[in-house]
Amino acid sequence: MSEYQLKFKSFGNTAILIEWPQKIAKEILEDIRIFSDRINRNDIKEIQEVNFVYASLLIIYDNNLISFKDIKHKLQLLYDEDNFAMQRHHTLWEIPVCYDEEFGIDLDFLSTEKKLSMDEIISLHSGTIYTIYGIGFLPGFLYLGGLDKDLYMPRRDTPRLEVPKGAIAIGGNQTGIYPQSTPGGWHILGKTPVSLFNARNEKPCFATPGDKIKFRPISRAEFEVIRIAEDTEVYELKKELYD
Amino acid sequence: MIKVLKAGIYTTIQDLGRFGYRNQGVPVSGSMDSISAGFANALLNNNTSDALIEITLAGPKLLFTELTNIVLTGAEMSPLLNDEPIQNYRVYKVVDGDILSFGELKRGLRSYLAVHGGLDSEIVLNSKSFYEDITSKYCLKKNDVVSYKSGVKDIENHESNIKIMSQFYETDNLEVFKGPDFELFSTSEQERILSGSYTVSKDNNRMGYQLEEISVLHTKSIITSPVLPGTIQLTPAGKLIVLLKDAQTTGGYPRVLQLTEKSISILAQKNIGDKLYFDLIPMDD
Repeated sequence: MSEYQLKFKSFGNTAILIEWPQKIAKEILEDIRIFSDRINRNDIKEIQEVNFVYASLLIIYDNNLISFKDIKHKLQLLYDEDNFAMQRHHTLWEIPVCYDEEFGIDLDFLSTEKKLSMDEIISLHSGTIYTIYGIGFLPGFLYLGGLDKDLYMPRRDTPRLEVPKGAIAIGGNQTGIYPQSTPGGWHILGKTPVSLFNARNEKPCFATPGDKIKFRPISRAEFEVIRIAEDTEVYELKKELYD
Repeated sequence: MIKVLKAGIYTTIQDLGRFGYRNQGVPVSGSMDSISAGFANALLNNNTSDALIEITLAGPKLLFTELTNIVLTGAEMSPLLNDEPIQNYRVYKVVDGDILSFGELKRGLRSYLAVHGGLDSEIVLNSKSFYEDITSKYCLKKNDVVSYKSGVKDIENHESNIKIMSQFYETDNLEVFKGPDFELFSTSEQERILSGSYTVSKDNNRMGYQLEEISVLHTKSIITSPVLPGTIQLTPAGKLIVLLKDAQTTGGYPRVLQLTEKSISILAQKNIGDKLYFDLIPMDD
């Protein structure tokens, strides 16, 4: 490993923040993902929690068991270890999305602004494989990278007071799914009938940072079918392996 | 059980918080003033992790239907048991039909009510701490009921410790570490951030406290990165935002300072208009 020069910063007295070069880049995320997996696999007793987003990794440790200096040393050694056969596959999740204008209330506006037909917008949005750079902002909110440049669109001047749960939206150079209804300033393209976050599950969000997702356009009728399946907890998200 | 006759301004159930779900975007939650909450459980010989009621600004009116011991810590809200004044940091026995109510807020902002053995409420993701869209309730409302196991222990009241317990938050000075982005700022900017006197604004809740003053204007941005309860962010408009227990797990403003756990508890007892100063303490390394 040792591909990058890491910065280890103490963050309060029970956390350590490890910074990679501060860029949004797949290679960096991949390096962090592999390192995070290695930390988890090593089951280091002093470490209580590991979380990463974009180019930073947070580690919460028990400062009764280990000092900042020692945990830093331990982690640097772990990062420097030679690493074989770690080219792991990614999980690619398929999120069904209904881009019907009933849900995609800003499709018309985007079409005018971007000088693209609605169908072109939908095919650009659903034709991309997105990378999950982290989960935060709201429980189950995925930071997705990979939006096609032709779909970049500044946020609305005035946020809507309520964006419904499941809304698929674009804000700036990002796209995302609202895991719960909340105020929001992004442009809404459609809606997924699937819940992204369920606090009753042992793993409440289906995805893990580093996974991939794609959107599959569905009809209004299929939306209803999946919604019913979801409500009765018989729907399972499709996933496959992706290199 | 406890029946809520009046809800108060913002009354919730809290424990130590929800750990291990940060990577799913789930806030930690838990008692804002974990020190006072800890005193409450300790006075009843409860476990540190037992759930209790966090009372904010104006207290509820609660009816007890079973025998138990109770104790109140933290903010002083002129508590009354069956209309008779009672004191914080003293253990009382309550029986079926007893009513706990509150009067004027005299000191602090958040009061903790613990019962013998802790509250027996819904556990979601290994915690009883309320949080919207995680637990089924985000605050207690009129007519809600909360269970506990009936029982009392012989507990002596140790008057000698009351001073320690009641006075720890009587300070305007918050201990801070340098945050991970402190070095993005020049020495004179760092100095201004640290030496400023600050005021709690009206935007203060369990997610965070925004401070009134403009500290340092800047155009520095960071790529979204993890934040913690106690992280102090500096917005481009120069406002400091102190993230607290219900804060989101990631943020995009420079993290200039980090409160100690003790200072989070002290801040949790501050109200609109209260003054604050920072004391930089060295990092352990």
